[in-house]
Amino acid sequence: MRNLRPCQSAGFSLLLAALLAAPVLAQVDFTGEWSPLYHEDGPERLPGPELGDYTELPINPAARMAGDTYDADRISVVTEYQCRPHGADYSMRGLGNLRIWREIDQTSQKLIAFHTHMLAWDSERTIWMDGRPHPPDYAEHTWQGFSTGEWDGNMLTITTTHLKTNYMRRNGIPRSDKAIFTEHWMRHADYLTVVTVIDDPVYLTEPLVRSDNWSLDPGQNIGVFGCEYAHEVPKPEGTVPSHLPGKNPFLHEFADWYGLPYEATRGGAETLYPEYQEKIKNEYHPPDHCTRYCKCTSLFDCMVDSK
Amino acid sequence: MRSLACLMLFAGAICGQQQGPPGPPDPAAAKLQMAHVQGNVYVLIGDGGNISVQVGKDGIMLVDTGFAQLAPLAMAEIRKLSDGPIRWIVDTHVHTDHVGGNAAFSKLGMTRTSIGAPRIVAQSNVLNRMTGPQPDHQPKIPEAEWPNDEYFSPFKDFFMNGEAIKVYHIPNAHTDGDSIVYFRRSDVLATGDIFTPDHYPIIDLERGGSVQGLIAGLNRILEITVPTKYEEGGTLVIPGHGRLCDEADVVEYRNMVTIIRDRIQDAIHRGLTLAQVQEAGLTTDYDTQYGATTGFWTTSQFVEAVYQSLSEKKK
Repeated sequence: MRNLRPCQSAGFSLLLAALLAAPVLAQVDFTGEWSPLYHEDGPERLPGPELGDYTELPINPAARMAGDTYDADRISVVTEYQCRPHGADYSMRGLGNLRIWREIDQTSQKLIAFHTHMLAWDSERTIWMDGRPHPPDYAEHTWQGFSTGEWDGNMLTITTTHLKTNYMRRNGIPRSDKAIFTEHWMRHADYLTVVTVIDDPVYLTEPLVRSDNWSLDPGQNIGVFGCEYAHEVPKPEGTVPSHLPGKNPFLHEFADWYGLPYEATRGGAETLYPEYQEKIKNEYHPPDHCTRYCKCTSLFDCMVDSK
Repeated sequence: MRSLACLMLFAGAICGQQQGPPGPPDPAAAKLQMAHVQGNVYVLIGDGGNISVQVGKDGIMLVDTGFAQLAPLAMAEIRKLSDGPIRWIVDTHVHTDHVGGNAAFSKLGMTRTSIGAPRIVAQSNVLNRMTGPQPDHQPKIPEAEWPNDEYFSPFKDFFMNGEAIKVYHIPNAHTDGDSIVYFRRSDVLATGDIFTPDHYPIIDLERGGSVQGLIAGLNRILEITVPTKYEEGGTLVIPGHGRLCDEADVVEYRNMVTIIRDRIQDAIHRGLTLAQVQEAGLTTDYDTQYGATTGFWTTSQFVEAVYQSLSEKKK
């Protein structure tokens, strides 16, 4: 190796400095095809939650009543619900085959945005990385909302506002359009972990914190989702199925199936903390053997399990 | 307390159990923001009712005119879009936070290319309400503020700035003179106060409103709106108050009103009194989103209006 002359050395130093400086703009590249892992909350995320299961949700009485009066016929009778997608927050839980790509400004080589595409409802989202502000309050809300990201070391923290009203759990527990959704994306080699936080002044008394994981899957090919509504059940126009307060016959099923005290299935901040296990330990009588969703980490497993 | 609230209401606003709008803000402190909706249509959002603004080569068309006191401020914003004359105004209903600026805009919107004063379109019950005796001994409404182009058929239409404008009457909803306005090429629907996503709907029983008519109106809106892929965008909806919306937002609101109607109807069938219904917490799941315990339209007033509306129907 020949020696560098001073001017070459200076140029090399500048190049080195530029290369070292570049990661400040984008510490980690999340680009790629990611396959969701369902080892957490598989039964809720794949076949769907049990009716009346509000466990792990720091909900207020408004959300609880919404769940208690929810009639699952609503998603077929209200035709506008048939093609209603997950919100950005629930997308991270649902059929979450995920593609991420970057938008780079050609001139400055700065990261403008991450873009995501998910299998469910072909949902696409832009996470702006160029420091632009969120829209004013009066702007339209969308299913994916308006997202901006900031680096915290190698972790990407994303803030999403302007979401449409959607569900926090698909058994009638709502999430309002006033919610703020925060994500923390962390990549460890071929694994992506996303910690999500929902702050909802309408339906939560505390932030709802959850996590989801993906593994890198370069061979993944996400197909077209597609959806067209149809009148599936003959009902008078404008019918909105709902149980009258106190008249839902299904609310105790979940507690009975799993041997849980009914109170523990009702959600609320208290039920999130370890001390609550102590409180209900004498009332928890799990079944002798597992009968529902005993092995539910893929959609196929869960469907077989539920039979 | 009610007397104090009544004093604060703008002349012409109603002050009985079935409330009208809150009074106008101080113009010096008022906030109005212009936003592009889509196509030819913009919206002025802020204090008072939303004002839809359509601009083009023919001039300017407005849906609602807000409070009279805010008209100069609103006109200044509109002039940033067009220096043409105001040719058409459509009043969605009679309340002063939506029609208070009729006279002011008729003057402010005149230019050298004007062909007389703007046509002010409204369903005939709006004119009847404005020309008749005012509730609570409120002063008469000056003639300059009246609509000059009333209709009594199910709809009226005209052409402006390269697109068809369809004005549909929605009977006995928020009031008995409600209109919704569809900008067909721009694919934008202005709903007036039939749809107010920032609070429970005001059902002005004294002026012919009803919960059944309101639900019918919301369902009519859903017949007109068509979203693009996956229930988003497409037809955009300008509510009477509050942020820009689309069909999915109207669905949530229609569901809420329908579900509450069903609950209160059931309670009436079971013989519950109004006081019992108001104590029963039948709106708990929606109160944190739409409700209020103070102000010009409380949850209690909304429940009472639904109860009275359904009870009247039973008679």
